[in-house]
Amino acid sequence: MEQNIQVEVTDREGVMHQLEVPVDMGLNMMEVCKSYGLPVEGTCGGMALCASCHMYVLSDHNLPEPSEDEENMLDQAFFVKANSRLGCQIRIKPDLDGLSVQLAPVGAE
Amino acid sequence: MIQTDIIIIGAGPVGLFTVFEAGLLKLRCHLIDVLGQPGGQLTEIYPKKPIYDIPGYPSILAGDLVKNLMEQIAPFKPGFTLGERAEKLEKTGEKEYTVTTHRGTRISAPVVAIAGGLGCFEPRKPPIENIEAFEDKGVDYIIKDPEKYRGKKVLVAGGGDSALDWSIILADIAKEVTLIHRRTSFRGALDSVEKVMDLARNNKINLITEAQAVGLNGNGVLKEVIIEQDGKSPVAYEADHFIPLFGLAPKLGPIGDWGLEIENNAIKVDTYDYSTNLPGIYAIGDINTYPGKLKLILCGFHEGTLMVQSAFKYIYPDQKLSFKYTTVAGVNGFE
Repeated sequence: MEQNIQVEVTDREGVMHQLEVPVDMGLNMMEVCKSYGLPVEGTCGGMALCASCHMYVLSDHNLPEPSEDEENMLDQAFFVKANSRLGCQIRIKPDLDGLSVQLAPVGAE
Repeated sequence: MIQTDIIIIGAGPVGLFTVFEAGLLKLRCHLIDVLGQPGGQLTEIYPKKPIYDIPGYPSILAGDLVKNLMEQIAPFKPGFTLGERAEKLEKTGEKEYTVTTHRGTRISAPVVAIAGGLGCFEPRKPPIENIEAFEDKGVDYIIKDPEKYRGKKVLVAGGGDSALDWSIILADIAKEVTLIHRRTSFRGALDSVEKVMDLARNNKINLITEAQAVGLNGNGVLKEVIIEQDGKSPVAYEADHFIPLFGLAPKLGPIGDWGLEIENNAIKVDTYDYSTNLPGIYAIGDINTYPGKLKLILCGFHEGTLMVQSAFKYIYPDQKLSFKYTTVAGVNGFE
C-alpha cells in the first residue's frame, strides 16, 4: 500500500490544519476538506460546476493546468487570484506531499 | 387560486418523478420552480453531462433524463408554475396549506412536498461591500429590457455567453459599453467572442481584461465603478449601470424561514416517510437530510415514492391504500 501524504489547509479564520491523506482513494482536495469537517460545501459534487471549493494554492507544487471547465467556473467566482483553483479538480497524488492551500473567503463562490 | 393534492416545490428530477408515484395513488400534483423550465440542476447546470447511476440506464444525459421524466408523468397532467419562487407558506385550513410565489400566484393543497434540491438559483453577486445599496439603483443582475440602457454608460462584468451577448446587444443601444473580465480569453460561443473582439477593435466596446470590479460609488444612484486591473492600482470608471453576469448559484432562499427544522442548509426529515417537523409537509431529494443521507437522484426517487404513501394516508386517514404494481395495474392517467 502506498504511503499517506500530508497536506496543509488554512481555513477562513487563518487556522492551519495538517491533514493526513491517503493517495490510493482517488480523493480530491474538496473531498479531503469535507472529510475533515472543514467548511467546504462541494455543492456540485466535484464536477467543476460550482465554485464552493475555491481555494488558493500556497505551495509551489506543480499542479496540472486547470481544464477549460475549471477556468470557466473560476470566471464566475470572486476573489479570484493567479493561484486560485477549485479543490475538486486537485487530485491527490503522491507528489502532492506537503501541498499547502488556503480556503477562499466566504462570498468567493 | 390553484387547488391540488400535493404542491411540489422544485421541478427537478425528484419533484417530477413524485408526480408519477402520486398519480398512481390518484393524487394530483402542482409543481413550482424558480427556473423557467423543468429539470432543476440537470437542465440548468449539466444538461449535456452523462449520469451513470440511474438504474436501467448504463448512461443517460441529464437533459434526456428530464425529457423522459416529463414523458413518464404526462398521463398525470401535473400543473406547473415556472419562473416563480415559492415565497410564503401559510396554514389556511385544518388540512390545507397555501403557498404564494413571489409573483403572487397562490396554490392550495393538504400536502406540500419540498423537492427544492440545492435551493433557488439566484444570480451570483460580486462580493462588493455596498453592492446591495445600489441594486435597482444602477446595479442589475438580470437584463429584462435592454431599452432601459439607451443612452447610458454601462459596465458589464463577466466572461461567459450572457456577458458577451449582452455587450454586443448593448453596444448598439447604450452610450458606452465597457466589458470587464478577469482573463484575456473568453469562454462562450466562438462567434460571440469574435464579435466582441471586433467591436472592441472598432471602439464600440471598451474591453478591460485581467480585471475585476472592486468597489461602487454613488449618491443614491450609481455613479462610478472601481476597477482593479492585475498589478495596477484601482481606477474609477464613470457608469450609470453595473451589470455583473456571473451565472446562477443555489441559495436555500425563503424555505429557510418557514419554521422547518434546518441542519446544514438542509431540512431534517424522518426517514419513515420523509416528513418534516410540520404535519403535511415533506422534504425529498437533495434538500433533506437524515443520518446516512446520500444526495443521489435515485435516492430521491425512493424518497418521493415512500412519501406519497404517507401523504395519501394523511389526506385520507379512513381510506385503505392497497399497493398495486404498475405491471399488474398499468398506468391509468387522469382525464
